[in-house]
Amino acid sequence: MARITAGVCTSHVPAIGAAIDNGKTDNEYWKPMFAGYEYSKRWIADQKPDVILLVYNDHATAFDSNLTPTFAIATGEVFESADEGWGPRPVPNVLGHPALASHLAQSVIQDEFDLTIVHNLHVDHGLTVPLSLMFGQPKQWPCRVIPIVVNVVLYPPPLGKRCYALGRALRRAVESFDENLNVQIWGTGGMSHQLQGARAGLINKQFDNDFLDRIVDDAESLSKMPHVEYLRQAGSEGVELVMWLIMRGALNQDVVQKHRFYHVPASNTAVGHLILENK
Amino acid sequence: MALDKPYLDIPGTTIFDADMARKGFHLNQFCMSLMKAENRDAFKADERAYLNHWPMTEEQKQGVLDRNYNRMISLGGNIYFLAKIFSSDGISFQVAASTMTGMSQAEYAQMMLDGGRSVEGNTYKGDNQNG
Repeated sequence: MARITAGVCTSHVPAIGAAIDNGKTDNEYWKPMFAGYEYSKRWIADQKPDVILLVYNDHATAFDSNLTPTFAIATGEVFESADEGWGPRPVPNVLGHPALASHLAQSVIQDEFDLTIVHNLHVDHGLTVPLSLMFGQPKQWPCRVIPIVVNVVLYPPPLGKRCYALGRALRRAVESFDENLNVQIWGTGGMSHQLQGARAGLINKQFDNDFLDRIVDDAESLSKMPHVEYLRQAGSEGVELVMWLIMRGALNQDVVQKHRFYHVPASNTAVGHLILENK
Repeated sequence: MALDKPYLDIPGTTIFDADMARKGFHLNQFCMSLMKAENRDAFKADERAYLNHWPMTEEQKQGVLDRNYNRMISLGGNIYFLAKIFSSDGISFQVAASTMTGMSQAEYAQMMLDGGRSVEGNTYKGDNQNG
C-alpha cells in the first residue's frame, strides 16, 4: 500500500527561483537563506520519495479571474514550467502520477472534498521553487509530483480547519492505493509577507515562530485561526500559510521534527521551512 | 445581509474579495494577456491602443499608464495579476512593492534587510503607523 512518510513545508518566493536560475545562491544576500536547505537536500536524497503531493497556490498563472477553483488536483502526465511574464523558469518538466492522482480525486470527493479535477496545467514558481530548494538543479526531478492547487488569491481561501481536514482525507486516500509507494506531502507558501499597499513589507517574526511551533504539536487548534488573524498579523499574502495545514493534516498526530529553519528576508518575505517525519 | 468584512480596519491593505474581483475583472484579465510575449510587444509598442481593446474604465487605464499600483489595487487590481505589468517592465516584486509605500527603493530594501516592516502600530487603522 502507498504510505505518507513525511511532510515538508517551505516558502516559495519567486526571487528564490531567480537566484537559483541566475547562479546567485552564493552571494552575500542569498547564502544564509540557502544554507538553511543544505540539511534538507541530504535528507531528501536519503528518503527517495516516489511521489510528492505538492500543495501550492497558483499566482494568476494557470487560473485567472475567469476560473478560481478553491481546491484542485492535477491528474496529467507532464506539467510544464509557466511563463509568468519573464519567460518560463529553466527547470525540468514536472512529471505527474496520473494513476495515484485520479485515485486521490475519486476518493476524496467521496470523502466530502469536492476537488476540481484538472488534467494539464502550467506550474508556476509556487510549485517549482520548492522543488528547486529541495532538489537543487537536477536534469530531471527525481520523483513524481501531484500538484494540489489551493486558491489563496481571491478572498476567502478555504478555512484552515477545512485544509487540515483535507489533509486527513488525502492520507486516507493514499493509504487505499494498492501500489507500494513512498509518498511525501509538501505544504508551501508563507510565511509573513505583504506585497501590496502602504503596509507592503510587513514581517511578523513572532507570529511566524509561533506558527512553526504550533503546526508541529498544536495543529488542530492552529487550524481554527480565523483568516482575519493571518491577514492582520502576517500580511495580506501571509494567509498562504493555510496550505501548510493540508500537509499537517496528512501526517500522524505525533511527528518527529527533523529540521526547522527561519530567515528574513527573501525579497519581501519571511522564509520558513520544516521537515516532519511520521513517528 | 451584507457580507462580514472584518479585514476593513487593517491599515494600508486592500483584500481582494468578491467585490474587488468584480470591479477589477477586466483590469486583471488585461494583465493576464501580458503572459504572452507577442502581447507584451503589442502593449509596449502602443500602451494606450492596447488598453483600448479592453473594456476597462478610463481610471483603470490611466492607473496602468501611470504605473500607479495603489490606484490599480483600489480599482480592483490584484497584485498577482498586476505583477504581469511590472514583470513586462522588467521590474522586480520588491521594487514594485516599494512604489506602493511612499519609500524609495533603497529605503524599502534596507527596511527588508533590517527585518521588514514592524507589525507594531500596523495592525489596526488609527494605530500610530511606523516604518
